[in-house]
Amino acid sequence: MIIKRTPLNWLERLYIPSLINGFKVTLSHFFGKKVTMQYPEEKWTVPEGYRGAPYLVQDSKDRTKCVSCQLCEFVCPPKAIRITPPGPEVNLERGNIEKEPAEFEINMLRCIFCGYCQEVCPEEAIFLQEDYSLTGQSREEMIYDKKKLLELGGVRDSKVKKWDKKAADAAAQSAH
Amino acid sequence: MASETTQVEPKPVETITVKVNGVSVEVPKTTPDWQGNPVPTTILQACQQASKEIPHYCYHPKLPVAGNCRMCLVEVGMPAMGRDRKPVLNEDGTPVIQKGVLPYDPSLPRGAIACATPVAPNMEIYTDSDNTKMMREAVLESLLINHPLDCPICDQAGECKLQEYSVEHGQATSRFVETKVSKPKQVDLGPRIMLDDERCILCTRCIRFSRDVAGDDALGIVNRGSYNTIAAYPGERFDNNYTLNTVDLCPVGALTSKDFRFQMRVWFMKETKSLCTSCATGCNITVGSRENKVYRYEPRDNDAVNASWMCDHGRLNYKWAQREDRLKDCLIRDEKGTQKVTWATLSKALIERLNQAEKGSVAIIASARATVEELFLIKQLADHFQAITDCVARQGEADRLLVQADKNPNSQGATALGLCFSEMGIQIPSIEQGIASGKIKTLLCLGEDATKAGLDVSLLKQLECLVASDILPNPTVEVAHFVLPSCSHLEKRGSFINGKGRIQKFMQAVQPSGDARADWEWLRELVVGLTGKPIADTLPGVFNQCSQQYEALSGITWQDIGDLGVETKI
Ligand code: SF4
Ligand code: SF4
Ligand code: SF4
Ligand code: SF4
Ligand code: FES
Repeated sequence: MIIKRTPLNWLERLYIPSLINGFKVTLSHFFGKKVTMQYPEEKWTVPEGYRGAPYLVQDSKDRTKCVSCQLCEFVCPPKAIRITPPGPEVNLERGNIEKEPAEFEINMLRCIFCGYCQEVCPEEAIFLQEDYSLTGQSREEMIYDKKKLLELGGVRDSKVKKWDKKAADAAAQSAH
Repeated sequence: MASETTQVEPKPVETITVKVNGVSVEVPKTTPDWQGNPVPTTILQACQQASKEIPHYCYHPKLPVAGNCRMCLVEVGMPAMGRDRKPVLNEDGTPVIQKGVLPYDPSLPRGAIACATPVAPNMEIYTDSDNTKMMREAVLESLLINHPLDCPICDQAGECKLQEYSVEHGQATSRFVETKVSKPKQVDLGPRIMLDDERCILCTRCIRFSRDVAGDDALGIVNRGSYNTIAAYPGERFDNNYTLNTVDLCPVGALTSKDFRFQMRVWFMKETKSLCTSCATGCNITVGSRENKVYRYEPRDNDAVNASWMCDHGRLNYKWAQREDRLKDCLIRDEKGTQKVTWATLSKALIERLNQAEKGSVAIIASARATVEELFLIKQLADHFQAITDCVARQGEADRLLVQADKNPNSQGATALGLCFSEMGIQIPSIEQGIASGKIKTLLCLGEDATKAGLDVSLLKQLECLVASDILPNPTVEVAHFVLPSCSHLEKRGSFINGKGRIQKFMQAVQPSGDARADWEWLRELVVGLTGKPIADTLPGVFNQCSQQYEALSGITWQDIGDLGVETKI
């Protein structure tokens, strides 16, 4: 299709009406309600359920909920997660929740905040939380280790206290 | 022993015709049982021949049949018999088939356990009828009643038959609302085995293996009903050289290996077909590795060698290959000191140096742990220098199941290629005298520590040129003029001839550490550089060249060896 270009008339060639129109828009915003924000000093409060960076959480008894099942490591599309399972030593302190990871790393440069890890986790041990803008001075700094992930993650109990229930059942049965 | 076997007409196999899901299959009347004796063919075996898998837990082809898990229940039908003991016929002339009915009516044939029920002529087997499905669901439901569903913390997850069958044949939800029976967890059964009683489905495979195959009646079931528990005899440890096979046999995660416990998820592991090198049996194994780290050995089925088993010693003998202090650098040592060099420099310098060696002034100590291909190349060097050669014997104890007294994986290869006499080490004293008298000026110590063979370090220092290649540091390497870092069998390909004269090959599982390089590569460079002989430049090529020259291997190509190996004429 050929579009015919109509030549500009003399008024249009002055550009003044267009300039005035432009200034009108600018001025209306200048005196109107402010919508910008002083990022990064000011930040958005994100809505609940927002999928930011994934962090590990603890239960209310200060136990790392993760049991290094490595499903998140498997499912993570950009391979951001790396878990070192604990090895054969029996950790009596953890009772029936065996297998706390020896190390748990998430490379935040790789993570795409997809939420698969949270979805796949059978222990409700990892959650995508509010942080969406992570910065660091080196690549190494952007690999968050277990300590950092737990600090950032905080405490989040599950409704079903599977391990406590199991421990209680076992105790009740061994009583008689 | 190249005996000409006269072709005997094989006896015609007696067969029975059965129908699996409406398709006729002809199966032999008898099949070998776990000890190889002919026993009537079972429904399960007939279905295997018809390529229909029947889920099963307690049945294992290498163990006596127990028939206790009921997972293999299938619906079967038999031709109805009239009072005259003749089949009742339909109007169209086909026999009337009486099927089992559920709920069970004692007057009619019903579901049968496929693992222990022999087939009968004209039997009809329905592996995916509604009744069969119903039986499977019921069995799985009862197995899961007290199962802890520990999958996230269970090492078996990913290769667990309970998981697999629950997905394929089970119900989506549980109807069980009562409290599950809790049983002991983290039971320390023996030095290498950890037991979780809650996960056990009481198939008794472990008990049968220990009693009937390993010959150590160590395990049993105690308590009653849903409190049934696997246990070792009170006060006894479950400790024989075959305990870890029960971990492979256990269809669930009840028996776990302490060595592998909580180390890595099975689905991350790369599996490589390989061989155990801890004795002359050469058990076939699968190496599980991830990102260049080896996590476990598991036996690989080979009826001609190790059936489905391997010994615990061999299975756990892999950590040395990942030691931190492995030889990683090519070194040249002279009066000026020790220099770290590249392979190119080292090969060049070594070829120059060896070119000066006079014929007859060279001795070679080769290793019966080296592959056939490597030994073939070493033999070329030996012939070139008219060198005196030998290997180092390793003797230990044999047992009645798999372990042989000879701890070298390739003694037969070394003997067949003429690098040592069948009495290994008989030439070592002559080498010793030769060095002492100054007749031997150059010693190539390839994959062995000369001091272990009885040559003193002070004696080694008298040599004009000492070449040593090895994997781990040793006293010989410390005084050698040329040090060549070499690879373990996990980092290269090659073949071994086992104690019974079967040649088998292994594949590369991980990458070598540091500058270490597959031995055959640098050996080939030396042979070509020193002798000018044309040598193939691929490993299969070298093997084929070797097999053409030796009667024992004649007619065998690298491809022929396959995954399970072939008999040589040794
Ligand atoms: S959010 Fe997605 S990309 Fe990030 S760690 Fe989880 S699975 Fe991986
Ligand atoms: S899926 Fe959950 S329990 Fe499993 S390793 Fe990841 S965070 Fe831990
Ligand atoms: S035995 Fe199988 S089903 Fe049971 S917890 Fe282990 S992996 Fe899961
Ligand atoms: S421990 Fe494993 S092999 Fe032994 S009976 Fe239980 S499920 Fe079977
Ligand atoms: S496989 Fe267990 S009863 Fe047949």
